[in-house]
Amino acid sequence: MHPAYSVILFTTASGAGYGLLALLGLVGFNHGQASSVAFALVSVVIALMLITVGLLSSTFHLGHPERAWRALSQWRSSWLSREGVAALATYVPALLFAAVWSGLVDAPNWIGPLGLITATLCALTVFTTGMIYRSLRTIRAWHQPLTVPVYLVFALATGATLITAIATLFGRFQPFQVILGVTALLLAMLLKFLYWRAVDAMPPAFTMNDATGLGRIGDVSQWEVPHTSENYIQKEMGYAVARKHAARLRKLVFLLLAAAILLMLLALLAPVVSLVAVIAALSAAVVERWLFFAEARHVVTLFYGGRPV
Amino acid sequence: MTSLPPPASKKLGLVIDLDTCVGCQACVTSCKEWNTQGYSAPLSDYDPYGSDPDGVWLNRVHGYEVREQGQDQTRIVHFPRSCLHCETPACVTVCPTGASYKRAEDGIVLVNPDTCIGCKLCSWACPYGAREYDLAQGVMKKCTLCVDRIYNENLEPEDRQPACVKACPTGARHFGDLGDPASPVSQLVAERGGYDLLPEMGYRPVNKYLPPRARRDATNTSNTELPKPDGSAFDRLFAWADRLLSAKAGASKPDLTDYSGKLEG
Amino acid sequence: MTEPVLNTSPKTWDEVKTTTCYMCACRCGIKVYLKDGTVKYIEGNRDHPVNKGVICGKGASGIMQHYSPARLSKPLIRVGERGSGEFREIEWEEALRTATLWLSEVRNSDPKKLAFFTGRDQSQGLTGWWATQFGTPNYAAHGGFCSVNMAAAGLYTFGGSFWEFGEPDWKHTKYFLLFGVAEDHASNPIKTGLGKLKARGAKVVSINPIRTGYSAIADEWIGIRPGTDGLFVGALIHELLSAQKIDGDYLQRYTNAPWLVIENPGGADDGLFARTAQGSALVLDHHSGTPMPALSPDALPRLMGRFKLPDGRRVVTSFQLIAERFLSPDWAPEAVTARCGVPAATIRRIAAELAEVAFSQQVELDIPWTDHLGRFHEKTVGRPVSMHAMRGISAHANGFQTCRTLHLLQIILGTIDVPGGFRYKPPFPKPAPPGVKPAGKPGQVKPNTPLPGPPLGFVTSPDDLLIDADGHPQRIDKAYSWDAPLAAHGMMHMVITNAAKKDPYGIDVLFMYMVNMSWNSAMNVPDTLKYLTQKDPATGDYTIPRIIYSDAYASEMVHYADLILPDTTYLERWDCISLLDRPISEADGPADSIRQPVVEPDRDVRPFQEVLLDLGARLGLPGMTRTDGSPRYPGGYADYIVNHERAPGLGPLAGFRGSNGKAQGRGAPNPEQLQHYIDNGCHWFYELPDHMKYYRHVNWAYLDWATFFGFVGKPDPIIHQLYCEPLQKFRLAAAGHGKVVPPEAHRARIRDHFDPIPFWYPPFEGQMVSEAEYPMHAVTQRPMAMYHSWGSQNAWLRQILGRNWLYMARERAGELGIADGDWVTVTSHHGMIKAQAKLMDGVNPDTAWTWNAIGKRAGAWGLSPDAPEAKKGFLLNHLISELLPEREGGYRYSNSDPVTGQAAWYDLRVRIEKAAGQEPVSAPQFATLKKLKRAK
Ligand SMILES: Nc1nc2c(c(=O)[nH]1)N[C@H]1C(S)=C(S)[C@@H](COP(=O)(O)OP(=O)(O)OC[C@H]3O[C@@H](n4cnc5c(=O)[nH]c(N)nc54)[C@H](O)[C@@H]3O)O[C@H]1N2
Ligand SMILES: Nc1nc2c(c(=O)[nH]1)N[C@H]1C(S)=C(S)[C@@H](COP(=O)(O)OP(=O)(O)OC[C@H]3O[C@@H](n4cnc5c(=O)[nH]c(N)nc54)[C@H](O)[C@@H]3O)O[C@H]1N2
Ligand code: SF4
Ligand code: SF4
Ligand code: SF4
Ligand code: SF4
Ligand code: SF4
Ligand SMILES: [Mo]
Repeated sequence: MHPAYSVILFTTASGAGYGLLALLGLVGFNHGQASSVAFALVSVVIALMLITVGLLSSTFHLGHPERAWRALSQWRSSWLSREGVAALATYVPALLFAAVWSGLVDAPNWIGPLGLITATLCALTVFTTGMIYRSLRTIRAWHQPLTVPVYLVFALATGATLITAIATLFGRFQPFQVILGVTALLLAMLLKFLYWRAVDAMPPAFTMNDATGLGRIGDVSQWEVPHTSENYIQKEMGYAVARKHAARLRKLVFLLLAAAILLMLLALLAPVVSLVAVIAALSAAVVERWLFFAEARHVVTLFYGGRPV
Repeated sequence: MTSLPPPASKKLGLVIDLDTCVGCQACVTSCKEWNTQGYSAPLSDYDPYGSDPDGVWLNRVHGYEVREQGQDQTRIVHFPRSCLHCETPACVTVCPTGASYKRAEDGIVLVNPDTCIGCKLCSWACPYGAREYDLAQGVMKKCTLCVDRIYNENLEPEDRQPACVKACPTGARHFGDLGDPASPVSQLVAERGGYDLLPEMGYRPVNKYLPPRARRDATNTSNTELPKPDGSAFDRLFAWADRLLSAKAGASKPDLTDYSGKLEG
Repeated sequence: MTEPVLNTSPKTWDEVKTTTCYMCACRCGIKVYLKDGTVKYIEGNRDHPVNKGVICGKGASGIMQHYSPARLSKPLIRVGERGSGEFREIEWEEALRTATLWLSEVRNSDPKKLAFFTGRDQSQGLTGWWATQFGTPNYAAHGGFCSVNMAAAGLYTFGGSFWEFGEPDWKHTKYFLLFGVAEDHASNPIKTGLGKLKARGAKVVSINPIRTGYSAIADEWIGIRPGTDGLFVGALIHELLSAQKIDGDYLQRYTNAPWLVIENPGGADDGLFARTAQGSALVLDHHSGTPMPALSPDALPRLMGRFKLPDGRRVVTSFQLIAERFLSPDWAPEAVTARCGVPAATIRRIAAELAEVAFSQQVELDIPWTDHLGRFHEKTVGRPVSMHAMRGISAHANGFQTCRTLHLLQIILGTIDVPGGFRYKPPFPKPAPPGVKPAGKPGQVKPNTPLPGPPLGFVTSPDDLLIDADGHPQRIDKAYSWDAPLAAHGMMHMVITNAAKKDPYGIDVLFMYMVNMSWNSAMNVPDTLKYLTQKDPATGDYTIPRIIYSDAYASEMVHYADLILPDTTYLERWDCISLLDRPISEADGPADSIRQPVVEPDRDVRPFQEVLLDLGARLGLPGMTRTDGSPRYPGGYADYIVNHERAPGLGPLAGFRGSNGKAQGRGAPNPEQLQHYIDNGCHWFYELPDHMKYYRHVNWAYLDWATFFGFVGKPDPIIHQLYCEPLQKFRLAAAGHGKVVPPEAHRARIRDHFDPIPFWYPPFEGQMVSEAEYPMHAVTQRPMAMYHSWGSQNAWLRQILGRNWLYMARERAGELGIADGDWVTVTSHHGMIKAQAKLMDGVNPDTAWTWNAIGKRAGAWGLSPDAPEAKKGFLLNHLISELLPEREGGYRYSNSDPVTGQAAWYDLRVRIEKAAGQEPVSAPQFATLKKLKRAK
């Protein structure tokens, strides 16, 4: 699949934002009012900014951004629509939560429920994002149980490193943040490892013989393509990343995740290092997401002589 | 509408005969031509006179080489590919806007160009490559089964069929109701073993492909030969020519002493 | 939510007009949908006899051709050097005055110094007549480089031909052999026909080195080695004769098989038919044992035997000679298999299958008819074996004889114009050969004087040749000379070379129409470009001093012309698809059609035909001016179409004649004729009554009717000429007999190739170069969705096929170390190109091929100079020499069939090697052509 930068940016940025926002909600749920207005506002604004930038960037890649509102209508059947609904819905409790959690609005009883609702909606949104891909039968790498967990865990891990860094900036670094971050990052490593192992282990399900149905008479190979230049289908669905290149990038993802873990641990000694850990974790997420697309092979490529998928 | 309509009895679609298609591209350009001024207008072209000309098409024809089991020769099969108007297609259900929909009345799968936001997700959901995004228009395009022809009262009744079907010179494309087992297309499918593309996907395509027939060449015919008796073929031919005349001339006709065989002495 | 409400009956047009397609020469009927005067949609016309509603990939892209940015927009005159692309736009008046000046100078001095050649022209009725009126013998259309082998072989054998002169009986045939056809002119009819055969379960066999397109859907593919079909077909004949699986009745009645050939070795009459004093050939009557005129109703002619005539001459039936040839072991399947690459068992099986279908599955139609001798036949009986062949056979230097072999096969099976066989399309059959002789003998070309007859025709003996007393050619292309005596369509591929070499003489004006002679229709493009720009050191002027050219688009040729007359597109003009030219008839009856302008030109262009008539009037050509000097056709081409008469009552269009528009075929000009055509969908079709639909070469009623229609001069039967006496006359001349004899140097060639009985010889290029050095054959195929060079300017078609590849057999490529996608060099005895290889299995291993005319010169056709057509596309033409290597004596014959002058495109022999550099650009690359001003 063509790794569109807007989609990569959207899913990683909004993922991190939802992760952060969810954690803030949980913090509120757990601890009540934030320790300072500034910390509360800055952290919520950062989360919402990441989410909003992500959402905006996703609308930029639409052919008709001005019609984006229509995407809310089909929540009964479409995961993309559900994602949109969930994403927008999250703003409501999130803003209310920010108001009460920061103390700008004095309603301490509401902090817990709003925090929980916000966190749940964040998780739901990321879940729906994951489900958009998980539900596509045309791309086997995605159509598998680990897709959604990977989306969730990357959101959590990037969110956790983010919350650590923000806390550090506000002098509220706490070791439990490191524990959360490191656990999430380790989980991300594990799930992604399992994801790739699963992908690599999948025996190809379809060949050109199957796609064309001509397998019933013999072995099919491509002779003439229907057009000279690459068309939309080939550009969008036919993107292929070299195996060697992909393998190197996979290593890079693990390296970056490992670096983030290491930096998080270092933050126990020097909290400011968590700022660097954020960069490592986000970079890991971007590379992971790029590979998520670039490595995924669509069944339609078989019509263009692609190798079995 | 992104939800699929309840199954209808009418399932309009195409039946494509891979045994007869010569790959002439008539269906391809006729489709482009009708649709670039019809329901899907326009089907954009990019860099049309430049180094990388590309554009939106709703129908494309591939050429495959197939090595048949038990044959030493391969054969070329031309393979037109357009929307199959699936019965349970995810291209419809994934659409966030409802722009992608399946008509309840006849099963035609369409994109509403006025509400499509161009998110491309439906094209990802289609296993058959039947949806092409129009970069210039910002909306998804796909085969409409010529919904603006098949019911069009401004056209003569004989012309109310898809542009590609009408164009096809070899008659390799058939249009009709595949929901009606008595329809000519259904019968053709039954007769010729018409098949679904990638049934495993679960989209239940309405369009069917008729597989290439077995070839009647050396491997499939009793290797007959003309009889080859001993002796001179020339003499036999000569005798044959004689018999031919005698039969016509009747028994009473003169003998044949005035000729002298192959070479006159 | 509910579904959006759809308007399922949109009316996106405000008007529909019928006309005739010209995206190729098939000439289908189309309906053009217009909205506010712009073309919106083009579909096949259901009522049209040619395409019956279907359309092809090109036809449906006509809009993009019509609106192509490569369209020329105004007359141009060259201001820089030739080829530099420096032109000045001029007004039509200046253009026409200039052309008139140049042409009148020629006409006043020596009309043959005008060479007027047209390419994919569909108005040869007009252009040929114009040349005649001008007085130059140097006229031809593209037939000489296209498929004259096919036309001549058929016309000299049975008065018809494959090509577009006939078609298989799609309705009844049960076994169809297709030789060397990728697309042909009957693009849609062949496809429709194949579809019918497949639906009916008739067997289709394709004989073709390449298994694409039609061959892909054939039941059986015979991947023959190029140039060897004659052997394959001869072996089939051998098998059928050996088993006596031949149609004796048909041979006896309708062919010259029983005609008596004189055997007088060394004598002046050797090999000629024994004839009566009145000229009728003799047969030996079985009843009486005596010779009788061939067409005596009561003769029962012997098919075989040698006899002594009462006057002592020794004679033999021509069938006996044929049998002696093809029964010889040289023609046994085992003897030919190695050379043609078809297994002997396959040849035997096909022969058996042919015999089975022909003789056990005959078709009987309940149609009574009467033959030329008044014999009544209660039923129309046919042998449902049909064949079709085209350039795969004809574009070889042995194509004429190969095609004759093929006709021999058809005829011994009795399958010409019978149900299930090959059927003529009127105006065919014509006498074999047609009676017209070419004009242009010495003394016939005079200043300011029309030729006494048309420049093209059919020679039947050396007396008809256009040569002087020393045997030198009279025509610039050397057609109808000893080089190519039966060159019935001229030899367009030789014009530029010969003119540049002033061999046989120099010309003053080269006037061309609709032919891309500096590119895809030239053999040897690099030298052609040199010849076009070569200057005479003596005069400092170009060796070809003036070139006038009419094109509609910015083709490669436009750049090499001095004066450019921009034509309209096919949707902007009147045209006439006439029975006088290449008709669109059906087997069931004659048809013709028109083009009407469906849109107005938005540029300063004029229809070429109108320009030609205008020039004719300005030059004062007799047919085009009235006695008072005013133009005879002031209304332009439409005026000519309606009012021109070739003979009383016979004009360009056969339909809706007579003052009431009710006369068909013959009748006074009808001023309303064009409107009648328009009302009838721009065509006219006359379906013959059933009893005139078959056996028309000998069908009494048909021949009478055809005489009335002017298709034949008199209702004589057209007897199939298995033994071709005119060829023997050339052989006799080569042996020194007769008034006109070839110079010594030409004699062996004439003797060896003018065999009156079909035979096979290896194509010349293969004979003359070393097989070890050039082991592969290289040929082209027509892509179904492109028409020669025209298609590449089309925004849609070029997306489908924007570049070509060199296709090779996977195995052979492997042996040569060539992988899929490698750049390779292709070398012939003449030149070298670089191309990108693509591997496949369905191709004869000794053959490489590519799609024809996809390669473009950078800068042409309104495309950007880095278009894939220019950078990755390529032509084989650069490798094909228009001249054969030197023979003994140093003379270089043209690379053509020695009988007809047909260009031998597919004799090309090459060597293929992996290219040293793999940079992705084809070679050679010529200088980028300067972009002409675009049409608005
Ligand atoms: N290698 C190789 N070469 C071949 C062949 C092959 O098989 N292999 N085939 C040969 C054969 S059979 C043929 S017939 C020739 C064909 O070759 P050409 O006769 O050169 O045919 P085209 O390339 O179709 O183009 C003729 C010209 O007509 C112009 N034209 C198109 N429409 C109009 C119009 O309406 N008015 C005017 N005035 N001009 C117009 C086009 O712009 C173009 O410049 O090629 C020959 N060359
Ligand atoms: N779409 C389209 N249609 C066209 C044209 C076009 O350019 N495009 N051009 C028109 C013109 S001008 C012409 S002349 C006709 C020509 O129509 P075709 O005769 O169909 O022309 P080619 O494509 O040259 O096809 C020749 C075929 O012969 C095969 N062949 C080559 N050598 C041999 C041989 O020795 N033996 C046998 N058996 N086969 C051989 C080739 O593989 C090829 O398939 O098409 C006309 N129709
Ligand atoms: S072929 Fe593709 S676009 Fe058409 S209905 Fe099926 S899934 Fe949808
Ligand atoms: S591109 Fe248009 S039709 Fe396709 S899913 Fe998106 S909104 Fe729906
Ligand atoms: S049915 Fe209409 S839209 Fe669909 S492929 Fe055919 S012509 Fe194109
Ligand atoms: S028009 Fe018919 S024969 Fe031609 S490519 Fe399409 S389906 Fe095949
Ligand atoms: S076959 Fe030729 S004339 Fe007929 S529609 Fe196609 S391009 Fe036009
Ligand atoms: Mo041609």
